[in-house]
Amino acid sequence: MSYFSLALTLIFVVIPLLLSKTLQLGLERDTIVATIRSIIQLLLVGYVLKFVFDSESLLFIFLMVALMIGAATQNARKKGKTIKGITWKIAITLIFIEVLTQSILLGFKIVPPTAQYIISISGMMIGNAMVLAILFLNRFAAEVTSHRDETELILSLGGTPKQAIRRQLLDAMKASMIPTIESQKTIGLVQLPGMMSGQIIAGADPVQAVQFQLLIIFLLLTTASVTSIMLGFLSYPSLFNERMQLLKGNLK
Amino acid sequence: MLLHQESAIHFQQVNYFIDEIHILKNITGSFPKGKITTIVGPSGAGKTTLLKLCNGLISPQSGTIFIHNKLVTDYEPIKLRRQIGIALQSAPMVEGSVFENLALPLELRGEKLLESDAVHYLEDVGLDPQFLHQNAADLSGGQRQKVSIARTLINRPEILLLDEITSALDHTSLREIEELIVKINRIYGVTIVWITHNLTQALTIGEFTWVLHKGEVIETGESNLLKSPATDFVKRFVQGEAE
Repeated sequence: MSYFSLALTLIFVVIPLLLSKTLQLGLERDTIVATIRSIIQLLLVGYVLKFVFDSESLLFIFLMVALMIGAATQNARKKGKTIKGITWKIAITLIFIEVLTQSILLGFKIVPPTAQYIISISGMMIGNAMVLAILFLNRFAAEVTSHRDETELILSLGGTPKQAIRRQLLDAMKASMIPTIESQKTIGLVQLPGMMSGQIIAGADPVQAVQFQLLIIFLLLTTASVTSIMLGFLSYPSLFNERMQLLKGNLK
Repeated sequence: MLLHQESAIHFQQVNYFIDEIHILKNITGSFPKGKITTIVGPSGAGKTTLLKLCNGLISPQSGTIFIHNKLVTDYEPIKLRRQIGIALQSAPMVEGSVFENLALPLELRGEKLLESDAVHYLEDVGLDPQFLHQNAADLSGGQRQKVSIARTLINRPEILLLDEITSALDHTSLREIEELIVKINRIYGVTIVWITHNLTQALTIGEFTWVLHKGEVIETGESNLLKSPATDFVKRFVQGEAE
């Protein structure tokens, strides 16, 4: 795509701007900021990736993945900042997922050990895990708040914190995993996945593109379940103190 | 008077806050062992908070609580809560049948409740055994309170804390529950601490009474104090003017 063609794609930005102005939606400023940010961020990432891919240096690959995990943690932690130590709990979960999936992918030689594969796949997985973490924390907060009486009841009957929070924990885990599973049921029928479409547009063989998309789909299933379950088990003890009392104010 | 009794629960200058709000102020006093003590007072007096402190659902910010002359903090929380049962006013139910709710205390310690035992507990609280497999969510307020009491009794507590457990009951059910609690107290020597809005209940069932107002103990003593109050507040409260 030439820079002229790229410039022409700004027509797709002008349309929502005109609509927002006409209908007085007040979204012009946000639309412009989003456009400028996406241009700068993506161009920057493009150049950084080119540099890293060309260098084939393990250190740079490691730094890129660390940067992704750091940014994802920073974003997801806002949803659970009342949970003590949520930052490192999310970070540990993301690191664990990264290590687990890359070990399987590289260990079984499913993908070649190059920056191109490692960084692209890590980006998709960490991004997905971040969304999962946010979904889980949101749902867990809602479950804990709405079933506070039940939690207190089980504690009052001599139950452990784990027994008292079990139902809410499992419900939140399940609820956060459902969108991943559901969206995969209709994949290819309703929408072509972004990665696959990108590969096809860039000239790759569609069957090859589908094979890689399947790999990503399966990986995302692991990412979804491991993120929810691990974050759940790391988070719930922070809701109680050493006297097995449900702390007020957490997860509001 | 209370000083001559052996205490089941003793409070020593207990204070409890939620954020900046002083819920319980400098509470000192005892609930006598093996007796029925009622707690009365207007809404927001801190009565429920006082009960939750007793079985360790919450801890005071200052002061000490003794259970059978041992510091509450020296008890392992799970053992303490099995020894001191509490029936909460809202009578919360877990998802499932009445039987599943009754089986909960045993299930929490990895044991099973026999259906025949569950039937006995239901009969004790005056509920027909046909309710056993009914969904707990479908029970009326009064039926929930009865199941909640039965469930609390399954742990066979030494001290029983009751929070307005008869507020949703009709007159006949109220009498049945009162008789059951008195029986548990007389036969098994279980100490009862009973929050009630019903002053007649406090007079007839309770041997001792605490009157609480705005987080403070206004009067304590034998329940007869409600007949001849020593303070203006309790006089007005008894006459229904201090709610």
